[in-house]
Amino acid sequence: MAGPAATYDLGKLHGGLRLAARKSESTGLPIQSLPLPRQLILPIDQHVGDPAQPLVGIGERVLKGQVLAEPPGTLGAPVHAPSSGEVVAIEPWPVAGRHGDPAPCIVIECDGEDRAMESWEEPIPYAELPGDTVLQKILQGGIVGLGGAVYPTAQKLMQAVSCDLDYLILNGAEWGPYISCDDMLMRERAHDIVSGARILLHALQLDCAYIVVESDKPEAIRQLAAAMTDAGDERLTLKQIPTIYPSGGEDQLVQLVTNREVPSGGLPTDIGCLVQNVGTAAAIHDWLQAGEPLISRITTITGDGIANPMNVRARIGTPLAEIAEFAGGYTEDARHLVIGGPMTGKSVSNDRVPLVKATNCILVMSALPANGPELPCIRCGECAAVCPVQLLPQQIFWYACADDEAQLREYGLIDCIECGCCDLVCPSHIPLTYDFRMAKARIRELADEKARAERARRRFEARNERRQREQSEREAELARQKAEARQAGPDAIAEILKRKRREDGD
Amino acid sequence: MEFERHEAPHMVPTANVARMMQQVLLALVPAAVAHIWFFGPGLVFNLLVATAACVGGEALMMRLRGRPAVGALSDYSALVTAALLAFALPSLTPWWVTATGALFGIVVAKHLYGGIGFNIFNPAMAGYVVVLVAFPMHLNLWVAPRMGDIDYQFLTILQTLTYTVTGSLPDALTYDDISRATPLDAMKSGLNDLRTTVEIRSLPIMGDFGGVGWEWIGNFIAIGGFWLMVRKVIRWHIPLGVGAGLLIPAGIMWLLSPGTEPSPGFHMFSGAALLCAFFIATDPVSAAASPKGRLVYGAGIGFLIYAIRTWGANVDGVAFAVLIMNMAVPAIDRITRPRIVGHSKDAGTL
Repeated sequence: MAGPAATYDLGKLHGGLRLAARKSESTGLPIQSLPLPRQLILPIDQHVGDPAQPLVGIGERVLKGQVLAEPPGTLGAPVHAPSSGEVVAIEPWPVAGRHGDPAPCIVIECDGEDRAMESWEEPIPYAELPGDTVLQKILQGGIVGLGGAVYPTAQKLMQAVSCDLDYLILNGAEWGPYISCDDMLMRERAHDIVSGARILLHALQLDCAYIVVESDKPEAIRQLAAAMTDAGDERLTLKQIPTIYPSGGEDQLVQLVTNREVPSGGLPTDIGCLVQNVGTAAAIHDWLQAGEPLISRITTITGDGIANPMNVRARIGTPLAEIAEFAGGYTEDARHLVIGGPMTGKSVSNDRVPLVKATNCILVMSALPANGPELPCIRCGECAAVCPVQLLPQQIFWYACADDEAQLREYGLIDCIECGCCDLVCPSHIPLTYDFRMAKARIRELADEKARAERARRRFEARNERRQREQSEREAELARQKAEARQAGPDAIAEILKRKRREDGD
Repeated sequence: MEFERHEAPHMVPTANVARMMQQVLLALVPAAVAHIWFFGPGLVFNLLVATAACVGGEALMMRLRGRPAVGALSDYSALVTAALLAFALPSLTPWWVTATGALFGIVVAKHLYGGIGFNIFNPAMAGYVVVLVAFPMHLNLWVAPRMGDIDYQFLTILQTLTYTVTGSLPDALTYDDISRATPLDAMKSGLNDLRTTVEIRSLPIMGDFGGVGWEWIGNFIAIGGFWLMVRKVIRWHIPLGVGAGLLIPAGIMWLLSPGTEPSPGFHMFSGAALLCAFFIATDPVSAAASPKGRLVYGAGIGFLIYAIRTWGANVDGVAFAVLIMNMAVPAIDRITRPRIVGHSKDAGTL
């Protein structure tokens, strides 16, 4: 093999599952470009942080790459127009992020001309710019983590710069079966990923990056190795890891590659690592080298409910129905529409939802066989054996049923990454992940409630205090007036009383 | 187009409790065949009685608890309890002894604690201990194995059935005609009579490691157990723990004093040690939770088997060892909690 040889991992991940990959269905064709849809629906909230605020009005004509919405606060990412056309509505629309419930979206009627802004396609000589400036530039590109977490990349980088970093880790391990968009990206655009990695290294002032790929992607490894040889950059290392779900998780990947554990409740930057998805690296390259902000992404459309599974590059905002139609339409058995992988994806009830920055996989499945009734836990321990965080799900389940918050915390419920491994091996078919999600929500609720109660208590005390203060002030004032009057003598008192009577008489 | 909603993960679990229990039952088949070959058809009758009592008891309890009986019965766990109890009992056991044990195990040890998943004690062993205390005479009556001494008498199917139903032997036979001391029995009484292990081992009922017949049943139990491990129905921690807990003290004592201490091989292949290691102690419900916990749990059982056999009044100690360690499970679980990834140290404390 040409170029740097892929190395194996150092660390070890506890548990995990070797799942049937189901990826070959969608990797047969090269990445297909989806034709421009008639309408683009752009949720203003496609990232972690505050929703972006629309900058355009209804009826306004927009150009491809134009900023449509800007985040108001410090955390967020702008939303760009994926194509030229007219803003026809800003209204609630069903979106994936909320199980298909509506969220505010900017709707663009495309004019089909796909006219771009003027500043299009001007490579930025990033190597001559200070790291900060590059980060600022990345911020404007609307780039978010494309692995599915959609944390705004610029803010993640800015936070990382303030930490003592050792490694940049590019995540080319996919989050479970079916998903192949990163695999295809690595096969077809390895050079852009390497370029993105070098931009990131420069922006972060780092000199070590690992590009990590699962061993079941030999073609991606070959392409990356070749691209790295071409780049001749010694700061980059290619690493191969075994294909065990969920090694594509950020913390799990760090553990596998560096043998360091992300502290509970902490971030990989706490232990000197910054993880970015390979797709994000390519998006950074697209923005800084080709001037294209994040207006499209590669997504896998697959599953037995789709006629021709494939990977497509589609504009953000494309309704899923159009992508499905492009992939040959649904088969007769199509029953579930899942956005994200089969392990953690969210199922939605309607295909009107648009493709967003987070959508790495559109999974259309036939009816899943009923699991049979949920039986009592027999404590077989398989869940604990596969838990990548080394929790004891059977114990947590027990305490979740008992609603025992103290024990839930003690047994690490909040450390659960909701990967779904325990669900899959449970012989009693207990929906553990779902139950844990609910238990987490309850704990959050309780904490909120506590905080609210605390606030109410403080408000109540402050009010009492204020009343007391006012009362004593009033009393003091009265006493002062009395004393004054007494000092002034009986004539003055008579004078005051007369004045008071006169005022009352009026 | 409209779609049906589904909660993640959108994949179908592969394992199920009923299949696990079926495989446990299947893994016992070779040993059952060997048992019948060496000790006659009594096991079949014991199995029938125990199964009827377990299934009946479970159905009754589910009805009393106001739940559908079919649901509980379809997980096959009652059948496993029945099978383990039948294996633990002598092949000649009157039906009321078997039924008492089975009913106690299912009704008291299992369902009064909340049914499958909630029972603290291993139901089969709880039932066994009850009949051991209630009917000690019946539990010490083991027929001689096939290929035993020359003047042994093998019971016919009809004679065995008659004994199972009525508890009495054919007029021409006495207990002494048909029964022999078990290897563990012979070893214990022999040592008490100040004979050496070599002398005791030369008795006709003794085989290569354990007793004639017993060791073959043990082999098949081990084969079934390893098959369960391959099928991932059980994991290796508990069997290894039991083995180590029994063999290490036995090995040390035997090396120190081979004349007065039976060999580790004898311990492993006698009584219910192998059945315990692979089938009884591995009952997940009443075992410790984590892998480390299961090693400790198994080792505790192994050591207690050795201790009861060597220093206790009972001949074999499997049932008591299991029940004692069942009691220790909450403590073991607390002490052996695995370190959660991202946490600095073991969280476990008592």
